[in-house]
Amino acid sequence: MDTLVARYSRPAYHQNVFSEQEQQDLNDTVPSLKFAMPPVAHPSAWLRAATDDRSNPSCPIKIAHGTTTLAFRFQGGIIVATDSRATAGNWIASQTVKKVIEINSDLLGTMAGGAADCQYWLAWLGMQCRLHELRHKRRISVAAASKILANLVYQYKGMGLSMGTMCAGVTKEEGAALYYIDSDGTRLAGDLFCVGSGQTFAYGVLDSEYRWDLTTEEALELGSRSILAATHRDAYSGGFINLYHVKETGWEKHGFTDTNPVFWKTKLEKGEFSNVTSNFD
Amino acid sequence: MEVLLGITGKDFTLIAASKAAMRGATILKVSDDKTRQLNKHTLMAFSGEAGDTVQFAEYIQANAQLYSMRNETDLSPSALANFVRGELASSLRSRKPYNVNLLLGGVDPITHKPSLYWLDYLASLASVPYAAHGYAQYYCLSLLDKHHQPDISLERGMELLRLCADELKRRLPIDFKGLVVKAVTKDGIEVMPFDEDEVVKGT
Repeated sequence: MDTLVARYSRPAYHQNVFSEQEQQDLNDTVPSLKFAMPPVAHPSAWLRAATDDRSNPSCPIKIAHGTTTLAFRFQGGIIVATDSRATAGNWIASQTVKKVIEINSDLLGTMAGGAADCQYWLAWLGMQCRLHELRHKRRISVAAASKILANLVYQYKGMGLSMGTMCAGVTKEEGAALYYIDSDGTRLAGDLFCVGSGQTFAYGVLDSEYRWDLTTEEALELGSRSILAATHRDAYSGGFINLYHVKETGWEKHGFTDTNPVFWKTKLEKGEFSNVTSNFD
Repeated sequence: MEVLLGITGKDFTLIAASKAAMRGATILKVSDDKTRQLNKHTLMAFSGEAGDTVQFAEYIQANAQLYSMRNETDLSPSALANFVRGELASSLRSRKPYNVNLLLGGVDPITHKPSLYWLDYLASLASVPYAAHGYAQYYCLSLLDKHHQPDISLERGMELLRLCADELKRRLPIDFKGLVVKAVTKDGIEVMPFDEDEVVKGT
């Protein structure tokens, strides 16, 4: 019975996200959303069995997971900061990942969770935002952009998507707006979010010094210091600090900085990280 | 969701422990004291398996006091920490190991040097400037990495604990009912006032 249902039912996105005509248009112009499904009765259960290393530590596919990303609103706009490490199980797959996706010149998205899921769907979101712009002759709002993503991942709920993302942007109608979206389908507007395996460490530092009236310099320093804290304590975070400032005129990149020299500078000049010894006697 | 925190400073060691005694989904007591005094200037805080914790802590306490009575001198914090580690190590390979995590803080009676030891049920022993056990590690260690300095005063130590407690109240999903805070100095152990009614605003 289930096999029959699986064969004749189509994925949910066909019914809800687009009208027939829109779907046709999309299929003609852009890479299609039709994915090859594994030839088994329950593709989602099969995927879960193969990839979920929490319930099955010896699962054959290790999805790239651990991360630290943060974003917060303040008087001068929004700060977005991430680390740059990609891990697959205990293996560090890369130290130079760009986890901030530049959706357009004033919208940013962050990646946490499955690297492929985030990369694919944020690129897809970028495409949807551009289509919105062409169709409506104006930039999409952050609320709308984040909702496109939230609705999309909700369609795929329970099928093994893994992503925790933030959308940050400044638009005329909303001002500075920050949204958190995850693969459970949660979508939240807020002032401050940290996402990923290193989130707690980043929250620790960020919460203690966060104020709305931070200057831009203070805010950039706090964002970078919070990522540093997480890369120091979380084994699945590290590499480089990727820093962005989003303001009315669009986003501005503030470097892709190696954490190691920043750590030693922070330790030796400010006397922080007093549990790490620098003299080997 | 038990919280244990420890901070050392210029001439003191602070130990804080959550006041909630939890079993399953129930809080049985809101004024639990998860610490035991081992001698005049050594204090131990514990968390872990229900039953094991107090049994183990009081066993250590009794042995520390027996030593003090027999020899008319107290063991130093480092001696006690190594003794506790040894007990945990032999327990670990026994038929029924103690499942207890500890922080042991003290001030050396002769040198007046403060010290803090982090121990877990696998019998790891580490001497550290600040420490935490349980979920508190995830929120407070990054915070202490940033704000702790080795030569801080007792007042600054209390400020840091306040900072940690505020963050835990803000982010931990379960109410741990505040902290008991005790300060170890060369003059002995003292319970510190720590107001718990203050509400922390979230973001």
